[in-house]
Amino acid sequence: MTLYHCVALSLILLAIGVYGMLTRPNFIGVLLSIEVIMNAANLNVIGFAHFSAQDPTAGALFPVFVMAVSACEMAVALAILIALFRGKGHLDSRRPGGLHG
Amino acid sequence: MVDPLVLPTALALFLPLTAFLLLAFSQGRLPRPVITGLALAFSCLSMVAAYTAASRYYQAVLLAPADFPSRAVVVFTGQWLNLTPTLTASLGLFLDPIATMMLVLITTIAFLVTVYSVGYMDHDPAYGRFFALLSLFAFSMLGLVMAPNILQTYIFWELVGVCSYALIGFWYQKPAAVAASKKAFIVTRFADSFFLLGIILTASLTNTFDFEILATTGTAAGLDRAIAIFGHDFHLLTVAGLLVFAGCWGKSAMFPLHIWLPDAMEGPTPVSSIIHSATMVVAGVFLTARMLPFFAGSAFLLTTISTVGTFTAFFAALVAITQVDIKRILAFSTLSQLGLMMLALGAARLVDQPAAFAVNGLAYSAAMFHIFTHAFFKCLLFLSAGAVIHMVHSNDLAAMGGLRRSMPWTYGGVLAACLAISGIFPFSGFWSKDAILLAAWQSGQVVPAMIGLGVGAMTAFYMFRFFFLIFHGPAPANHPVSHENPWMSPPIVILAVPALLAGYLGKDWFTSFCLPPMPIAALHAAHPAWLPVASTGAGLAGLLLAWLLYGSGDLARVRGITARLAPLYRLVYAKFYIDEACLFVTRTIIFLGVAAPIKWFDRQVVDGTMNGLGRLLQAGGAMVRWVQNGQLPFYLGSTVLGMILLLIINALRQ
Repeated sequence: MTLYHCVALSLILLAIGVYGMLTRPNFIGVLLSIEVIMNAANLNVIGFAHFSAQDPTAGALFPVFVMAVSACEMAVALAILIALFRGKGHLDSRRPGGLHG
Repeated sequence: MVDPLVLPTALALFLPLTAFLLLAFSQGRLPRPVITGLALAFSCLSMVAAYTAASRYYQAVLLAPADFPSRAVVVFTGQWLNLTPTLTASLGLFLDPIATMMLVLITTIAFLVTVYSVGYMDHDPAYGRFFALLSLFAFSMLGLVMAPNILQTYIFWELVGVCSYALIGFWYQKPAAVAASKKAFIVTRFADSFFLLGIILTASLTNTFDFEILATTGTAAGLDRAIAIFGHDFHLLTVAGLLVFAGCWGKSAMFPLHIWLPDAMEGPTPVSSIIHSATMVVAGVFLTARMLPFFAGSAFLLTTISTVGTFTAFFAALVAITQVDIKRILAFSTLSQLGLMMLALGAARLVDQPAAFAVNGLAYSAAMFHIFTHAFFKCLLFLSAGAVIHMVHSNDLAAMGGLRRSMPWTYGGVLAACLAISGIFPFSGFWSKDAILLAAWQSGQVVPAMIGLGVGAMTAFYMFRFFFLIFHGPAPANHPVSHENPWMSPPIVILAVPALLAGYLGKDWFTSFCLPPMPIAALHAAHPAWLPVASTGAGLAGLLLAWLLYGSGDLARVRGITARLAPLYRLVYAKFYIDEACLFVTRTIIFLGVAAPIKWFDRQVVDGTMNGLGRLLQAGGAMVRWVQNGQLPFYLGSTVLGMILLLIINALRQ
């Protein structure tokens, strides 16, 4: 396993995440796709820390922070989605909802 | 020395303003007796203050010619606008013989008209508004006559115009009243726009607004040069003077801007009375007199003033002979008398002395004297006409006749006023008219003097026609039986006293103190003894003719004469179609010829450009509106694509 494999995996994950984010009809699915994108980034950071950094500590610690912060973000995002669901009765991202000009 | 004058002049000026504020801001909430009390108390106090100011001025200034050689005193002045480092407009109070005379005159007339209005306006729903506006009118006119500079004069000049507008249109439910008030305002504003240009021109040339510097022969001499406008040479003083005089022209309703004054009678009669006697119309004559030292530098200007005055005097007297509406007769009579005043001011120019910086002082004092005597008898005539209208509920002479038994006090008042205005010895009009004719004669202006004499005869004729047709002859069938109003008769009786005596008592004061503040030419011509005889004779001739034609109440002979002169009679009766000519000029030439193309340009070109710009932006918006489609995935996708594009651009740049 080389840095090359790590970056390739990270790129694949990113592509899957972006595709899911743009195509999922449900906001929950969009949130999950964002999580995938975030993990692609984490994988990238760890890969570089392991293979090419002189001191891998910082690179190993950074994804831990990212995961903690994204967990908080998800909590907030879910709360917003619940409120949205109560108000609108659905979570369909394709139905126009007052965002059009 | 001056301090004792501050309080009474300020009180005389600001008491009417206070009355206006109190009445205007309590609109409709005060009971009628309180409104009556306020209006009477404030106008009476203002009159007392004016009398105090006048007597103090007389003692402090006129009796001390060594201290005040120009007889003028600035009572109070304060800086108001520093327009440029050298040109400052101030506000203040200024007294000279003519301002003091007007101060007394305005407050007296305003008080008497207020008393009269209590009776006349008794049943009017807008009782409070009437007295509020009347007080404001008195305030504006007092501010005008006591203004120390031409800019303050202009401010109060416009205030007077606004007040007359509001009062002429007082019964705004009547379309005729609304039309008359609009006409008065527009015609005088038309003249005032030239006046404003004149003020700007003179102020920019002389760097002052103050009459004490502006209205002097020195200033006039400084402007005595030619300037080129559009390749033609113009005399600067004449141009500036004509512009300023244009304001007076409109305000004093000289021909052909006289058209507003006969219509102004649509207002309540007390308003006509005060407009025609002490406020509004005499403002023009007053300002011409104030500026006389300035105007006198240009012989052309004084000739214009004299010509306009003479023509208006004759024209209006001719029209007055044929009118059947009693207030209209009086309105044309006012025009005629104003013409005589202007004639007198123009007569300041001595024909045989081309250098015009020395004038005939008698002309100035005669004009002011005529303002003074005219105010009393004209106010009296209008108040009496109002009382008659109140009695018979019509303005038409045909509805009147034989009223002398039911209205004895009014009968006496009108008789006194008619004798006075006809210039019959020894009543007040005789003295002032004689002074005017004498001034014109001494200045060598023979034609105006002779026309003035003829106008005197015509005046006597139409005034006694008015008198006989109202009070003598048979009464119409449905003759009303009522009594004179207890509020309306006393002012009529009181005014009869100055109408009879003001001339005899005032003549020495005017000839000795009321002189223009400029060099006065020594006159060689003595007082021709035949002149007073001729002027009384003319008056008596007019009276006699009116008696022969109208005294008996048998109008068959009059009808015969008018039938024989039918075309001429119709022309004069229609006031020479001047109103129609003015309407033609405004409606057809200005509205259609000038305003309509300008309107088209504004609507199509100016508005079109702006509307086109708006439409362009709307079309642009429509082109990009589809981007904001409300689809969240689309927005997110755009973000991602944009980011990728940025990365690619960044990569390509390196």
